[in-house]
Amino acid sequence: MHSFWIIFKQAFMTKARTKSFIITTIIVAAAFFLLANLPNIIESFGGDEDGQVLHVIDESGELVPQLQAQFEQTDSDIQAMPTEMSEEELRQGITEGTIESYLIIEEGDTLTARYVSESANEIGAGSDVENAVQAIQTAQTAERLGLSGAEVGELFMPAQFEREAVSDSSKTEEELSQARGLVYVLILLIYVAVIYYPNMIAMEVANEKSSRVMEILISSVSPVKHMFAKIAGIGTLGIVQMLIFGIAGYFAFQTSGSDMAEGFFSVMGFSDIKISTFLFAVLFFLLGYFLYAVLAALLGSLVSRTEDVQQLMLPMMFLIIISSFIAFSGIGMPEASYVTISSFIPFFAPLVMFLRVGMLDIPLWEPLLSIAIMLLTIGVLGWFGARVYRGGVLMYGSSQSLKDIGKAIRLGNKK
Amino acid sequence: MALSVEQATKKFGDFTAVDNLSLSVEEGQMHGFLGANGAGKTTTFRMILGLLDPTHGQVTWNGKPITYDSSPFIGYLPEERGLYPKMKVEDQLIYLAQLRKMSKVDAKKETAAWLERFEVPHYAGKKVEELSKGNQQKIQLIASLVHKPSLIILDEPFSGLDPVNVGMLKSAILDVQKQGATIVFSSHRMDHVEELCDDMSILDHGKVVVGGSIREVKRNFGKHNIRLKMDKELTALSQLPGVEKYTGTIDGAILQVTDESTADLILAEAMKLGQLRHFSIEEPSLEEIFIAKVGKAYA
Repeated sequence: MHSFWIIFKQAFMTKARTKSFIITTIIVAAAFFLLANLPNIIESFGGDEDGQVLHVIDESGELVPQLQAQFEQTDSDIQAMPTEMSEEELRQGITEGTIESYLIIEEGDTLTARYVSESANEIGAGSDVENAVQAIQTAQTAERLGLSGAEVGELFMPAQFEREAVSDSSKTEEELSQARGLVYVLILLIYVAVIYYPNMIAMEVANEKSSRVMEILISSVSPVKHMFAKIAGIGTLGIVQMLIFGIAGYFAFQTSGSDMAEGFFSVMGFSDIKISTFLFAVLFFLLGYFLYAVLAALLGSLVSRTEDVQQLMLPMMFLIIISSFIAFSGIGMPEASYVTISSFIPFFAPLVMFLRVGMLDIPLWEPLLSIAIMLLTIGVLGWFGARVYRGGVLMYGSSQSLKDIGKAIRLGNKK
Repeated sequence: MALSVEQATKKFGDFTAVDNLSLSVEEGQMHGFLGANGAGKTTTFRMILGLLDPTHGQVTWNGKPITYDSSPFIGYLPEERGLYPKMKVEDQLIYLAQLRKMSKVDAKKETAAWLERFEVPHYAGKKVEELSKGNQQKIQLIASLVHKPSLIILDEPFSGLDPVNVGMLKSAILDVQKQGATIVFSSHRMDHVEELCDDMSILDHGKVVVGGSIREVKRNFGKHNIRLKMDKELTALSQLPGVEKYTGTIDGAILQVTDESTADLILAEAMKLGQLRHFSIEEPSLEEIFIAKVGKAYA
């Protein structure tokens, strides 16, 4: 076991100390803080939004105070101000940038209002104004009809409307939309992880082969031990990196205190965190990692030069990409039969079964069966991979194809 | 018998790399391996190390098969040099020693001592890729010796080194042998084998064509060289009975004979020709034996 830990530590430490690893970790963690504080940052840059002055041409002269009252009631920053200027002058003002917006409002049977600002894509202000005008009209109409405040309230009372699905496995619509965001983020993480870390393994193995240090290594410790120690080392590195991201993300949204963070949490389903979803995410991350890491180590052991790694990794990358297609398309329809079937295929299961577990209330035996299938596959692949690895690491030559697997097995063969 | 290879055969498909090879090396001895490229030296080494399993036969070390449990007692210098190019010399040596189950403290101490001995202590903190090829080779040799192994396999330890460094490495290897290590090494320099080894084997097409102690090999070769130095035409001597081969040199001739008694006849005949400046009976060189046995020059 001693040498296992030596290799484990070596694999972990050398990678953890590389500039690329440190920089990637810092950038992603920083991105979380940036994302969490985005509303604050936007606000601090676009600070002139508070106290936006709305010039109002109002011939009756009664509507401005009402508008102002409405704005105050809805916590809007807009200040309504009567103006004596003509529309041409106001328009001129907007073009010159001295005026932000103006409103022409007239009373008739209904209120007629026209809101003019520099660009139509200005968020917030336009609709605030519209809501305020609408509220004034509603109040006026209610008064004309002799309705009391309570009666107006009743008039706008929304109907009680709920959706419910009959299927056992489907969650309620509310649960579903909450789960969707979380599952989406976690699938993305697993997807990135099963591409990134196994690639690291393949590169490591190919590096050790191309620098020829491999022959010394495997004369010191068995290739199988070497392979699994390396996989465990890089795997731990992956867990640590994901943990750093997780903690950074959590703190980023906790400390930012912005409304958006809260909104983000609730939309993403993080406010109502289901521990089981996270546990399954970690589990499927580990299984997916080991599955692809063993495959990557096997492939990495076949090449003599690091340049050839990517080419040989291509079939494996296709597997991951296909499984991501199934998983991401399955978010919209997790009960589709192709999703169900592929959740039991070992190379697709890490992403797809996690999707089903996260999105549906499926019976426990389904994920367990899928996990068992994956464990079995990892076992078989580990046994097979170790045999290929044993011969592959001694094999040097120009040919780099999957046919070499047979050659490697023969070379590493007992007899 | 410390190291014993018994009738080992290794086949790769239809190709027989090593054919029924037997070899034994006594504890504390140095065994030289000679053979042309593709003769099966590296495959034999890999079988000894357990990297490859023999198709038939077995390899034992002190009566037991060599497994990864033996790893701490074995040192290996592969023909294809290999170190982590981006790792620092000291870290690398300590790591490799630790893989052979040496403690970190001891590994650190030994590494420092070896770097000192090879006059490169200032390379401890440098990356391997920054070192010259000769210095990388020193580091490589240290990597195979640092954990104090008792069985050391060195595949071409001196290739690509200048004479000064060869001398330094040779004396280090001899010292390790004096401390009791058993060493098997291959070299394409016959003189290195002649100088360092007790025993030797010549491999050809996976078979040992000549093997045993160097003295015995030379004696059993059954041929001697008679070197003559005199300023006369000596070609007449080639006609004497028992002379197998005549080679003229600048200052005389070398005659190959099978029977040592032929020397008397040659001496008598030569003295008749005139003033003899030098006469000696020499053992055949390994080079000659190699050419005679393998049928072509080495390397």
